[in-house]
Order: sequence, then C-alpha cells, then structure tokens
Amino acid sequence: MRFKFLSLLAALLLVSACATEPEESAKSSGKGASASAPSSSAPAAAAPAVGPGAGTKEDFVVNVGDRVFFDFDKSDIKTDAVSTLNKQATWLERYSRVTITIQGHCDERGTREYNLALGNRRAAAVKDYLVSRGIAANRIEIISYGKERPAVLGSNEWAWAQNRRGVTVIRGGTSS
Amino acid sequence: MILFRAIVIAVLFIAPLAAHAEVRIDITRGSIEPLPVAVTEFHGSNDQERQTGRDVSGVISADLERSGLFKPIDKGAFLQTIESLQIQPQFGSWRKINAQALINGNVRVQPDGRLKVEFRLWDVFAEAQMTGLAYFTRPENWRRVAHIIADAIYKRITGEDGYFDTRVVYVAESGPHKRRVKRLAIMDQDGANLRYLTDGSALVLTPRFSPTAQEITYLSFFNNRPRVYIFNIETGRQELLGTFKGMTFAPRFTPDGNSVLMSHAKDGNSDIFIMDLRTRKARQLTTHSAIDTSPSGSPDGKQVVFNSDRGGSPQLYVMAGDGSNIRRISFGRGRYATPVWSPRGDLIAFTKQTRGRFYIGVMRPDGSGERLLTESFLDEAPTWAPNGRTLMFFRQQPIDRKGRGGRTRLYSIDLTGYNMREVVTPSDASDPAWSSLMP
Repeated sequence: MRFKFLSLLAALLLVSACATEPEESAKSSGKGASASAPSSSAPAAAAPAVGPGAGTKEDFVVNVGDRVFFDFDKSDIKTDAVSTLNKQATWLERYSRVTITIQGHCDERGTREYNLALGNRRAAAVKDYLVSRGIAANRIEIISYGKERPAVLGSNEWAWAQNRRGVTVIRGGTSS
Repeated sequence: MILFRAIVIAVLFIAPLAAHAEVRIDITRGSIEPLPVAVTEFHGSNDQERQTGRDVSGVISADLERSGLFKPIDKGAFLQTIESLQIQPQFGSWRKINAQALINGNVRVQPDGRLKVEFRLWDVFAEAQMTGLAYFTRPENWRRVAHIIADAIYKRITGEDGYFDTRVVYVAESGPHKRRVKRLAIMDQDGANLRYLTDGSALVLTPRFSPTAQEITYLSFFNNRPRVYIFNIETGRQELLGTFKGMTFAPRFTPDGNSVLMSHAKDGNSDIFIMDLRTRKARQLTTHSAIDTSPSGSPDGKQVVFNSDRGGSPQLYVMAGDGSNIRRISFGRGRYATPVWSPRGDLIAFTKQTRGRFYIGVMRPDGSGERLLTESFLDEAPTWAPNGRTLMFFRQQPIDRKGRGGRTRLYSIDLTGYNMREVVTPSDASDPAWSSLMP
C-alpha cells in the first residue's frame, strides 16, 4: 500500500478569560415612569403639595414626562408628543445646567440592526425638536437601544406601542 | 498564549473510481431518503484507544445524522465484529442490515504520545474502499479529527465540502427581558467546547467571524457608547474599530478579511462605511438620508448587498464595492432585512417580514427566484454554513405580559427547506454566525 503524506496546521484557539467591562450606568427609564396608560404621555401635574423637589430627576419624570411615542417604523414627532416635548424644553430652559441623553427605542417587530438605526433616528428627532425649541445641542446626547430594552413586556400591539419611544434621561446638572 | 497543533494526514489508499454507479447523494434535491450508513466504533488495542475510538465514532455518527443526509444504523444490528473488520469487511453481512456505506477505523497511541486515527469509507454494494485517511494529533484534539473525518466522508459521498469542522459564535442571553444580559459565546458546530468570551457587563450584539475564524467583529455598548469592536480569539483582546463620532454598528468582515463593512449613525442618519484593517482608513459607501445598514460583501469582493428604507420601507439593495451603481433587488410584498451573501456567491439569504410573520428566505443576487425556508412569530439573522448548503438563524417565541415565554434559540435548516433542527444551547441564544472550515 502506498502512503501519501499531507499535512496541515491547525491552530488551537485558546480564549483568555472574559474581558472586563464596566456596568452600564444609564437606567433605561426613570423609576417613576408611568407605562400604565397607553395614550397619556403627559401625566396631569396639578402641583402636588408633596412631591419631588423642583429641578430633580423625579420632578422631570413625574411632572414633565420623560417619554414620547412613535408609530410603527416612524420617527416623526406625533402631535400628542409635542406638548410633552414643549414641557421638556420649558423645564430644560429653567434648569439650564442640566444635560440629557435621549434614548431611542423600538418594538420587537423589526430586525436588530435596522432597529438600531431606527432608534437612532427617533432619538435624533427628539433632539432636533428640543433644539428647535431653543435647547443647546451640546447639552444633548443621543443613544439608540434598538429593540434591546423594552419598557413593557408582551408581544402585543399595546406593548409594542409603549416600546416605540424616545426617553429623555437627565445625565447631570441637577441640584440633587 | 498561542499554541499550534499539527494534524498530519496520510492518505491510506486512493481507490480507483468504481466502474458502476457508486454510493452518492445529490444534496440539491429536496426531500431525500437519508443514506443508511454503518459507523463502527474505531478499533483500539487498550482501554484508552478503545474509549477514544468510541468517542470519535460517536461524533462522526452524530455529524452525519444531523446533516439529514445520512441515517446511522443502530450498532446493535452489526453482524461483523470490530476485530474482524480490521482484516477485511464481510460485505455480505453489511448488506444484510442494509448498510450502503460502512465506516471503520482504528486509534493507536504513538510512542511520542500522539494519537494516530485512521478511517476507511467503504461502498458496501460495490465492495470497494471509497476513501481512507490517517491523522496524527494530540489526544485532546480527538474531536476535531472526528469532525475532519466526517467532512471527508460528506465530501466523498456528496461531492460538496462539509461543514462539520466549524464553529459558531452567538449571543448567549439570560435575565429578564427588560434588562437582558448578553454575552458572546463560541462553540463547535455541534455544541461542544462552549466558552463565553465576554462577561455580560456590556450589552453585545451581532458577532461575525473573520474568514480565518481567528477574529470576531461585533457591537458592544461598552461605556454606553455602542461601537464596533474586534475580538481576537487567540489573545482575548478587544479593540475599538475606528474613531467615529456616534454609533457604529452592523459590522461584517469582507470575504477577503482585509476590511470590515459597517454602518455609522450620525444625527439620526445611518450610512455604510468600509474600513481597511491595515491602514485603518474608513471610506463612506452610501450617502443617502435613509437608513443604510446590514452590509454583506459578495465572495468575489465586487459587490455589497445591504438593507435600506430609501424606497419607503426596508428593502434589499446591491451596490458595487465602491458604492456606485446602487439598485434595489427585493420587490416582493413585505419588508426585507439582514441580507447575507452565500459563500458560494449564488444566493442572498434574508429576513422577511410580512402580515405579522417573519421568514428566512433566499433569492438570487439579481432578486429573482425568491424562496422562503422558514416562518414563525420572529425568525431573524440567517448565517451560512461555509458550503452554502445550510443556514442557521434564531427564532424567538412571543412574550406574555408577565414576561413569560420569549424562548429564543438557534436553528439550522437546509437550503432545500428540509431538515430544520434546533442547535442546542444551554441558555437562550441569538445572532448566530457560522465560521468557515477551521484552518
């Protein structure tokens, strides 16, 4: 029997231990964020006697409203989002040292990469609106989470509507 | 640390092509009856050799079975002993149990401690050897040798390259759906040797192998700045790719491995860039105000397919490698995304969304011949086996209001639309990427 010798090199791929990365710092929404009423993006604020201190993150979430919603695969600011964003702009004018990050989010009915792009477009739309209302662009950062951080669980139209959102998160500059 | 292992192959015997029709599977046909094959335990002369012989034969048998093209016969039915097989197959006794192909072999520990693993593939009806090879390797490498043998058998019988000596990188998911923990995980194609490459502290998405399978490009939300990184599997080193302001995402190596295609989002607009990995210079390929993402290069490097909503909804477009000559290729009803060019160049796999359902499908690069292979509540992210005959993707079940459900797992399916199987992972899994055959 004849033997014909070939050889090939095989790299044994060793993987070192997991690289360390710091914890994500931004929470996906304020703790007082309301997700119970589908259509009320602007909670009624009748100057409560006892409530969050003026100018705090809680004040912003509870008395202004930190989020607006979008239609499926859309990023234009809806008419019912305008009043929330106007209140955000007024609040940000009053507390002029506050800096913010606008998060763009999508529902699960899209592919991951397309939704990252769509979430970026939504966050930019919110930013553009606030800038048009006089808020300095250098106070605003944007980030897209695509479909990675749903606010509401459930594979249904109501949950998807709640998850297609732009959330304004206070990054710094508050008194508390 | 870098370790190299040599697997030395010796061709035992090159059988002349049998004059009559030999055992052969045409894998382009749809539903085929799997070929009955007898995979015997490899012979050993001591306990260690016998154990390895059993293990090697088990991995080969499982590879062949999972391909859907072979049906390994229950070992209890075998009439000829392993010892007597060492001398010569008694073909009549294998015909009696309807084996059309027979695989035997042996394992020997060499004086230097290496293993010699030898196999032969026999055509039972022609009473002829179809192929035979011997491999010399370190004992801990026995699984790779088993996969290499399975690939050799697959190739000899189908005429196509196999895909068993490959790996899969994917995103391992855990934790509640609102704050999912995602880690890069890598495993052999059959689920063995699973390891986690990241610890879950940063959200990671969409890993893809370099053509040599030595590096992975992926998206990490490290420091809350979503950017494209490259992970070196040998060194464990992670490297930020480029100095873009704003998010970079949807990375994929070009088939020559010299560049990474990706999206860059600036002020809400996503365009496609290509970064040369040697010069680290990035070049912008698309300039449209619409979303342009999910680029995938053709194997010859001349074209790029990508996803864009420039026509009003997400559809597939093809452009030349320099960004010129953009044309839409998807015209069916619904939304199209995640195009991936087949390693053979003949097809583009995609995710399609229509009437509330998701599909994995394929079409030719000119958009003709669309064929849907899977359908569910959410199927996404096809990736090709290196021979372009099998796809892997992930499937997510619906979630209820209490966060129950949402099971997310990897599946493979043949291009024929048959042989769909779960790729078993210990936790939820998404965003699979299939490597080329290991170098």
